[in-house]
Amino acid sequence: MLEQVLYALVTILVGVGGCLAYFYGSNLLLDRLFPADAVKHDRAIRNLKVQSTVRPWLFLAPALLFLTLYLIYPAIQTLIWSFFNKDASAFVGLDNYVWAFQDEQFRQSIFNNFLWLLVVPAACTLLGLIIAVLTDRIWWGAIARSLIFLPLAISFVGASVIWKFVYDYRGEGQEQIGLLNAVVTWFGGDPQVWISMPFWNNFFLMVILVWIQTGFATVILGAALRGVPEDTLEAASIDGAGPFKIFYRIMVPQIMPTIIVVWTTITVLVLKVFDIVLTMTNGQWGTQVLANLMYDWMFRGFDYGKSAAIAIIIMVAVLPIMIWNIRQANSEQKGGH
Amino acid sequence: MFKSMALTPSRTILHLIVLALVLAWTIPTAGILVSSLRDKNLISSSGWWTALSTSERAVTLRLKGAEAQIEENGQFVIKGNIFEDSEDRGTISSWGLGTRDPRANPVGSAVTLEDGQTLAIQQNGDYVFTSPTRFEEGRGQRVSLIKTVPPSFTTENYNSVLHAEGIGRSFLNSLTVTIPATIIPILIAAFAAYALAWMQLPARGFFVAVIVGLLVVPLQLSLIPLLTIYNQAGQALGVTPKGYVGIWLAHTGFGLPFAIYLLRSYIAGLPKDLIESAKVDGANDFRIFTRIVLPLSLPVLASFAIFQFLWVWNDLLVAMVFLGTDNEQLVLTGRLNALLGSRGGQWEILTTSAFITIVVPLVVFFSLQRYFVRGLLAGSVKGG
Repeated sequence: MLEQVLYALVTILVGVGGCLAYFYGSNLLLDRLFPADAVKHDRAIRNLKVQSTVRPWLFLAPALLFLTLYLIYPAIQTLIWSFFNKDASAFVGLDNYVWAFQDEQFRQSIFNNFLWLLVVPAACTLLGLIIAVLTDRIWWGAIARSLIFLPLAISFVGASVIWKFVYDYRGEGQEQIGLLNAVVTWFGGDPQVWISMPFWNNFFLMVILVWIQTGFATVILGAALRGVPEDTLEAASIDGAGPFKIFYRIMVPQIMPTIIVVWTTITVLVLKVFDIVLTMTNGQWGTQVLANLMYDWMFRGFDYGKSAAIAIIIMVAVLPIMIWNIRQANSEQKGGH
Repeated sequence: MFKSMALTPSRTILHLIVLALVLAWTIPTAGILVSSLRDKNLISSSGWWTALSTSERAVTLRLKGAEAQIEENGQFVIKGNIFEDSEDRGTISSWGLGTRDPRANPVGSAVTLEDGQTLAIQQNGDYVFTSPTRFEEGRGQRVSLIKTVPPSFTTENYNSVLHAEGIGRSFLNSLTVTIPATIIPILIAAFAAYALAWMQLPARGFFVAVIVGLLVVPLQLSLIPLLTIYNQAGQALGVTPKGYVGIWLAHTGFGLPFAIYLLRSYIAGLPKDLIESAKVDGANDFRIFTRIVLPLSLPVLASFAIFQFLWVWNDLLVAMVFLGTDNEQLVLTGRLNALLGSRGGQWEILTTSAFITIVVPLVVFFSLQRYFVRGLLAGSVKGG
């Protein structure tokens, strides 16, 4: 144990020290090789030019290295391997994709992912909007917001345990220790095994992600709502618009760009959802999703080709959002400096 | 929007709605916290929401046997306390003979039984059992009771989980993974962010676009090739491919797009005059960055650090892929996942482990919420 702590400390020192040494050393080297002072005037200018051409690359190099090695190269490799067989030894063309769309499990996953995409971003955004508006009108709103925000700090696995406890099922006649079944039996209903209830169990898993992400939506949308000019709202209320009309005719359109950001952020998250399904059901009882299916084929099927094909399909689903984001960033850059 | 304190009917409804929402969001977490502090038998026999009320339980206990009888005024008497041999006491509200209805007789007054015997049981368990004839040899009379137990909490679950279930070990593993994986990317990202915000660079827009694009790339895309690289590197260097260095670097790589994006949008927003005037004074970019930009960026660096800390601490996928699922190296999320499989119904273990897993993020979150929110806003609203 002590050994592990020391090992970690040493690596932090080596890692951070290495970074510092690189940045400091490379910049010093640049200054020494192309000195700007203590040389003749025209030489100094030339050296300054060299410095300002090289230095950005010194700053960027480690980041570019990491991004290339950990994201760009693997993405390309995955795309290539999706056209290869199990152990990447033979080219199989589109076989993996053809397999995917004929596979029962895969279709189930696509269908479930689609359900998640329909429900979770919408639910989070709507709840976030409602909570942001309501908590803005009461004196203890900040406390309420931070309590609703709190699950965002909890891991998906931790959240799964929390909700598995809520969904716990005991046979009829026994005392229910799961909150949901206790409530159901209190109202005179029969206890249910929520986790394996066909089709609807998907929604019980979605509740977990909605529970986690609503706080995110609340904070972002709340900030945007506070940015809506006071005058506009006053003018509307003088014109006789009721609170609901003000909300969906003035506030919502004003913060539409933010709503889209929240929606797309949660959409990307939903496509990657893995932990919740793995820990709650591991894809059983018709709850499989793409990310978990991909993990299954990678570590239980040991099939790189199929696994890579599923990863690419997830990427294709994210692609429109990616392009939209890049366009957005580009137009803002042109507007900015 | 003005905030009024006056309670009109519509404002009361508003308060109630918000209260209901807050309760819906906090009750699930409260459930595992309360359960982790309860006795394991209580967890499986009653809902956690009953933990604060006194609970009623039916138990069957024995009086003392005939050997304890004494003769008093021509009667044979057995006296004692019914809880003598059992550890958990309580307040008795009613009792019944044998295993029959435990609510048959009230406490306090003596009740006449068959053969002229009488039995009186007090709330605290003291009893007097009398008989006109000598008690026959044998074990004591069985009595079933309704007893109410005051709310009681225990840290027993924490003791056992930390030591027996390997949670303590995993806690250390999680720290070992998280701290370097939080610190290493900061410096790398900060330099890159400054370069992309303020330095003359061909194709700067292109690089920013790439960063924005990489923000949403699913991690799943990277796993297989990286695992192959790691295996090859491990073989070449003669070390195991599943180690801490590997996961630190992986988290650094995966965290960089967001780090650069967040830091760049902040650094780009610093006053232009500040940087230009430093340039006029002859400072080069390295000096400007280390002397001016870095100190000014501390708030956003803190924001990112919190994000990355929570992300890495809460991550399951990267840990499972790059550290493996060996007992020795399991991080908390991985351990919890393993326990869900092996300790399925044992809620005392699961709730306690889950609470230990989430306690660090909750503390970080509550103490540094301001930075967290600031980072969240900068990262998703402004952008650019």
